[in-house]
Amino acid sequence: MPTILEAENLSLTYDNNTIIVHELDLKIQEGSITALVGPNGCGKSTLLRGLSRLLSPKTGNVCLEAQDIHRMNAKNLAQKLGILPQSPIAPEGLTVHELVAQGRYPHQSWFQQWSAEDEEIVQEALTITNLTMFADRPVDSLSGGQRQRAWIAMALAQQTQILLLDEPTTYLDLAYQLDVLDLLEELNEQGRTIVMVLHDLNQAARYADTMVALRGGQIVAQGEPAIVMTPYNLKQVFGLNASIIRDPLTNTPMCVPMSRRRIKRALEADLRITEKVS
Amino acid sequence: MTAKTKQVNSTRFLQSRTVLFPGLLIGLALIVLCLAWSITLGAAEISIQTIWDSIFSFDNSSFQHLVIRTVRLPRVVAGAMVGASLAVAGAIMQGLTRNPLASPSILGINAGASFAVVLVVFILGSPPLSVYSIAAFIGAAVASVLVYGLGSMGRSGATPLKLTLAGAVFTAFIGSFTTALLITSQDTLDQIRFWTVGSLAGRDWALFVQTAPYMAVGLIGALLLARQITTISLGEDIATGLGQNTLVVKGLAAIVVVLLAGGAVSLAGPVGFVGLVAPHIVRFIVGQDYRWILPYCALLGGILVIIADIAARIVIRPEELPVGVMMALLGAPFFIYLARWKVNR
Amino acid sequence: MQPTKIKHNWWILRIGGFSYKIDKRVLPVLLALIVIGIVVLVTSVSYGEYDITPWQVLQTIFGLEENARFELVVWQFRLPRILVAFMIGAALSVSGTILQGITRNPLADPGILGVTSGASFAAVAAIVWYQIPTVYLPFVTFAGATIMAALIYLLAWKGGSSSIRLILVGIGLGAVTSAFTNLMIVFGDIRQVQQAYVWLAGSVYGRDWDHVRSIVPWLLVLLPMAILQARQLNTLNLGDDTSKGLGVNVELQRGILLLVSVALAAISVAVSGTVGFVGLVAPHITRRLVGPAHEGLIPAAALLGGVLVMFADLISRWVISPSELPVGIVTAMIGAPYFMYLLYLNRNK
Repeated sequence: MPTILEAENLSLTYDNNTIIVHELDLKIQEGSITALVGPNGCGKSTLLRGLSRLLSPKTGNVCLEAQDIHRMNAKNLAQKLGILPQSPIAPEGLTVHELVAQGRYPHQSWFQQWSAEDEEIVQEALTITNLTMFADRPVDSLSGGQRQRAWIAMALAQQTQILLLDEPTTYLDLAYQLDVLDLLEELNEQGRTIVMVLHDLNQAARYADTMVALRGGQIVAQGEPAIVMTPYNLKQVFGLNASIIRDPLTNTPMCVPMSRRRIKRALEADLRITEKVS
Repeated sequence: MTAKTKQVNSTRFLQSRTVLFPGLLIGLALIVLCLAWSITLGAAEISIQTIWDSIFSFDNSSFQHLVIRTVRLPRVVAGAMVGASLAVAGAIMQGLTRNPLASPSILGINAGASFAVVLVVFILGSPPLSVYSIAAFIGAAVASVLVYGLGSMGRSGATPLKLTLAGAVFTAFIGSFTTALLITSQDTLDQIRFWTVGSLAGRDWALFVQTAPYMAVGLIGALLLARQITTISLGEDIATGLGQNTLVVKGLAAIVVVLLAGGAVSLAGPVGFVGLVAPHIVRFIVGQDYRWILPYCALLGGILVIIADIAARIVIRPEELPVGVMMALLGAPFFIYLARWKVNR
Repeated sequence: MQPTKIKHNWWILRIGGFSYKIDKRVLPVLLALIVIGIVVLVTSVSYGEYDITPWQVLQTIFGLEENARFELVVWQFRLPRILVAFMIGAALSVSGTILQGITRNPLADPGILGVTSGASFAAVAAIVWYQIPTVYLPFVTFAGATIMAALIYLLAWKGGSSSIRLILVGIGLGAVTSAFTNLMIVFGDIRQVQQAYVWLAGSVYGRDWDHVRSIVPWLLVLLPMAILQARQLNTLNLGDDTSKGLGVNVELQRGILLLVSVALAAISVAVSGTVGFVGLVAPHITRRLVGPAHEGLIPAAALLGGVLVMFADLISRWVISPSELPVGIVTAMIGAPYFMYLLYLNRNK
């Protein structure tokens, strides 16, 4: 699969003093699902913002289909790359349809503000995300999962090849988390490239083709989940003692964290049993 | 929409606790020096020696001694008292509302006092300063209740933005009535215009004696409440968890603030920005403990007003600027600095 | 031209490649406002020391009545001032709508932002200190407002503009200019000071056709500019990140919109002083009537603001008649309580 989005020697900073992401190289394959994982403060959200032009690079560049994204016209880029930021806030009273309609902005102009095509695409986005019946409801009256789907529908209406999502499942109930991830997987099967920051390692392992583990602004491990999710890597990246088992449902790696106290108690319980037996 | 405001730099300038008490003494010495310096200035220069004599070996046939005793000393002491009260009131407000942008003037107290005074002058024609001061006090009290109530409606209580907006709206609203009265009567306008910008001119012992008790009681009350304010400045939930009765503390603190700010405005008219600026400087020096913040504020506030008054009297000699204007000119840039550097989305 | 009803909420207009979408509520509201506006206009013109019945007013306007007295009163005194009231109401209302859009804060208003205090300071300086003839006031106040807005924007800039910082810096700078204004008030000649006070309160007293002529070109340029940016305003409401992701040049747009907003505020301050609260209250009421989409919001807000100020002017001439209150005071007396009600509504945000 060809590389569609590439970061070269990318360094990112917010205030010119502390560098969050250090001279990082990353290639995103077309049509893949990439999950950025890492502990708090490792720079995964910053990296995502850097990939999307929300943050200008201090050094290095980011190229979409071999074109530097910072030299591209803003609307052109928005037609190819969509971003869903963390915890987006919808203005009060905005309906689902209106929100999704906003996604058509990069394809419109003052002359052509609402073509028949725009209308169709929005309808389609609503259908895919199962929100047609909510079209006229205000966004803030929906549940967390539905709201997130509405934002994804907006990104869908944008009709971009690439979707960047910053923690799309954080703060959602577990059922909704899986809902959203399933939807993203479906979109990926239709050909979209997805890059998302995920907090939950096991979810990342289930859904991603490629995992990228970051620590201190640098990539510590990247590749298929089976390669990244090893006890050694988890210790390096998260400082976590864990063992890896096979997820019984999906056959992907699953991490089972160990805590010292539990191990000690388990060992003690074992000892008592063996003492009794002997 | 929530505004998270970063606490002002928490590394204290005076690191060691043992330095804090001598620091207070130094502050006291400084304020006395400023007082003296201020008295030496004026239309006629007076020497330090003369000042000393006028206090300790008063000669009531000496014109200079008389000027010092009846004109300059009361004015300067009034300035110190006003500054101390406003600074302490501002510090308490900032601690209580956990809002670094709180101060008596921003919260509409001054607008309320002004309206009351203008109304009284409009009705009574030309009342003595003592009536001014009663009206100002009442106006300030009512205004503070209204603004605090308006700004703390809702789940999140009093946030920086809501309080500032409530204060701004209230000021505009009351201001419109004040302006209506002033436009209708040129005489009232003429009488009042010097008062409404905050001034120490003509403040004599009689007025001082009338208003000082409020401020004195307020200052003592503030020092007594200092520990409670430190606790409540940590957060409502934490304070309740530590066993504090926050409702009572807030109520007492509010009464103290009204005594202080109301007293100050009844003595000198609306002087802005001392209550905003002084606590910040003090927090930088002594840290977050209100048992030290409040006394230091009293001293620094007094010094600031005296200096502003000195500047106001020198800058366009022999005329003088109202001290309130000088204070705004010095204080507003600082407010902007705060808004720019300390408010991070 | 085929208006096609598709969704529940919009009228959609498509001719060839051109397409436009507007909320269904907009047209009836606009019509209603026009009707109400005419009623208020005629009532206002007919009210005054010299009584003229509304019917006679209409006849005079359409040239059917040949009464020289009526013509004088209607054409020379009342009509221009009421038209000025309408236009500054429209300008301030749109200015506030834009500001609320770019700061994403429903409580923003040109006055609170301190821009108008820059304009007032310039005007008071012109009246009290330099005694400049009133003809030059519009330029002076425009300069004052623009410099003020530039300063606010620059000082609130810290790697980008933030809505809260804009408001707070505006309040701070407003305080500085107030201090200077106070200086002039304290030391100026009392008659000029009183004149300045009236001006500060916001008044349309004595506004004539010259004033009308000075506002109209500005409105003709600025209002369409605002309407053309409606889509961008809608998108900016979603947040900086989302807007950038959708391809909006956020900083540029905000800059342009701020400029338009300031210009509108400045022109109205130039002609009639600081009339408060219109820019705050009118957009809110309009939003409840036609919804937040700016394509319809901006024109409707303009009409509503204009009607509101015309109405306030009528009240200002009636309440202590035969004297009159400056119209800015009436708008404050009505507007501030409404704003407090807004604070109450927004209390959980």
